[in-house]
Amino acid sequence: MNLFLALLLAPLLGGLLLGLIRRPQWAVRVNVATGAITFAFSLGLAGQVLDAHGFDALGGWFHLDAYNAFLVALTAFVGMTTAIFSGPYMRHELEGGRIDPDRLRLYHSMFQLFLFGMLLGFTTNNIGVLWVSLELATLATVLLVSLYRTPASIAAAWKYFILCGMGIALALFGTVLVFFTSSNALGHGNEALTWTLLHAHAGALDPAVMTIAFCFLMVGYGTKVGLAPMHAWLPDAHGEGPTPVSAVLSGLLLNLALYALVRLKMLVDGATGGDLAGQIMMGFGLLSLFVAAFSLHKQRDIKRMFSFSSIEHMGLMTFAFGIGSQLAGFAALLHMTAHSLVKSGIFFTVGHAAQAMRTQKMADIRGLIRHHPGIGWGLLIGTAAIAGFPPFGIFASEFLLFTAALDAHPWTTGLLLFGLLIAMAGLFRFVQPMVYGEPAEQAVPVRVNMLPVYIHLGLALVLGLAIPAFLAGWYEQAAALIVPLRGGA
Amino acid sequence: MSPDITPPAMIQQVINGLAALNLLVSFALLAQHRLLSVLHWFAAQGVLLAVTAAVVAHGSGNHELYLSSVLTLLLKGLLLPWLLWRIIMRLHVHREVEPLMNMPLTMLIALVVTLFSFHIIQPIERISQLMTRDSMAIATACVLLGMLMMITRRKAITQVIGFLAVENALFFAAIGSTAGMPLVVEIGIAFDVLIAALIFGLFFFQIRETFDSLEVDIMESHLIHKDENE
Repeated sequence: MNLFLALLLAPLLGGLLLGLIRRPQWAVRVNVATGAITFAFSLGLAGQVLDAHGFDALGGWFHLDAYNAFLVALTAFVGMTTAIFSGPYMRHELEGGRIDPDRLRLYHSMFQLFLFGMLLGFTTNNIGVLWVSLELATLATVLLVSLYRTPASIAAAWKYFILCGMGIALALFGTVLVFFTSSNALGHGNEALTWTLLHAHAGALDPAVMTIAFCFLMVGYGTKVGLAPMHAWLPDAHGEGPTPVSAVLSGLLLNLALYALVRLKMLVDGATGGDLAGQIMMGFGLLSLFVAAFSLHKQRDIKRMFSFSSIEHMGLMTFAFGIGSQLAGFAALLHMTAHSLVKSGIFFTVGHAAQAMRTQKMADIRGLIRHHPGIGWGLLIGTAAIAGFPPFGIFASEFLLFTAALDAHPWTTGLLLFGLLIAMAGLFRFVQPMVYGEPAEQAVPVRVNMLPVYIHLGLALVLGLAIPAFLAGWYEQAAALIVPLRGGA
Repeated sequence: MSPDITPPAMIQQVINGLAALNLLVSFALLAQHRLLSVLHWFAAQGVLLAVTAAVVAHGSGNHELYLSSVLTLLLKGLLLPWLLWRIIMRLHVHREVEPLMNMPLTMLIALVVTLFSFHIIQPIERISQLMTRDSMAIATACVLLGMLMMITRRKAITQVIGFLAVENALFFAAIGSTAGMPLVVEIGIAFDVLIAALIFGLFFFQIRETFDSLEVDIMESHLIHKDENE
């Protein structure tokens, strides 16, 4: 499994190397190259997993199955395109004097270390190491949120640090509780934290302890997913950090936290044989949908507005995973892919728009299509995609989610539809004045690379129109893994 | 399958005593006004943890835990308190800290939190084959008390000490109820805590430079103002 080792080493070594490169032009190129190499490795690895239906790597320390292999590929892909986007973006910030070359070096280095933490978290087979790598990914991004050193960005980074630190501490407590019961069943060693063994012996875990553990894990990892009411850090961190960071926070980090939660839910379901965990997740998901949909309307900052849309979509996914049927699992995974692609694409566009209009205040952004058609149309189409318009992937996944909800809990469909409509109204209420009309006079021409945006939106379109057969098969395999074994293992 | 890790009765008594001491230190941390005394109690908690780990290692025959104990003593008993002390001295903030709520009320809430912890841990205790019946409940109480400290304090530094106290309580939960997590995980966690502490240190200087104060409320007001003015 040397391919796997290479996958983990690429961002780690790339990050260390980037810490040494002083010339910005070179750092940008190395960053993109590292992203591309990582993505190539992840594709090769995904192919292997698809053939072998999952295997252990590096002496059982890592486990790859359909569920995480596709997330690894997605993470490496968005990491690569974000690196491409961040080249001209960060150069513009450097020229504008918002950062200096030293901070750019910190940014590049931390960006790759963040990706390393993400890939480690997705592939590890040890729920303790999963916690450690999620914390690593968080720590790598904390300094990026405060990169501009403005008062608001430092305050946002502090809030991010303290709230997520608190959340992740609760998740660690939950992990300790899992170890407490599993060490009785599996012996006092690494085996008792190894996910594959835990999953196989879930029936031997004490249901009462696992239920309490899940409550801590839910609140802990839920904080990182950005679920209401623990979401207070998310809009600030997204709004004040550099835009490439907002894109990977929204598109990737939230996914890892949700991935961790679902992995642990599978253990809890196996131990208790009930679906209490699923019901808790559905509750948090619905609450997040509503809180985000209503908060969206009150925003003035464009990045904060789209970060609330992320909370809304994470809520939808949590809800779908909570339902627990195979169809819902399929919908959630499709939604996760489509949301990552579209939302990071939107953040790329928003980053360019904010640079062109020299402000993040939505009230001052006007006439984007007239000023720069690429940015304007990108934002309009991206918003249509994220709001769930056909023919994009999010429409397909939301449609599947409705079907699954109608099967399992018909009364929730009305609530879901209502929440989605409110969120959609909020998005278009703000986006329409920004893209149409005459540009404001403070607008400046910017160097723009819209290619990553078009690739992301194009892929989202493919997901909506015709999911490739291999991808659908992949989702099916993964969804079958996630479905709880009713009545205990 | 699982090794016999139930220690003799004498050791159990000692661990019980240490658990009680740990709870006491958590209360003491919550009740300190002066920044330096908060730091002293935090260092004391680190040393206490190291001792607990060593006793559990002796009692359960889990020798990996001796390593954890040494690591804890170095990291939480010496290095972190020393780093924080240096920062406090460099920033000239070794004066009073004021809690948000009045002291009797905080203590009352702390008491309720402790009772609540004993209540929720009850179903777990009946399957505990290890150590003590109460160490898990006490660890839960310490976690929640650390969080209470983070909520009630206004200063960035005391918030961080609250955060580290939560981390300490988690370590206590791991050794008190399960004779320690596997070494790989333990080292990973220690590494994360160290990095977090370094980033915290960096932040103190950034915050001080930008806001000319370490009050959290002042920082928060910048976020709120930004939201309202724009």
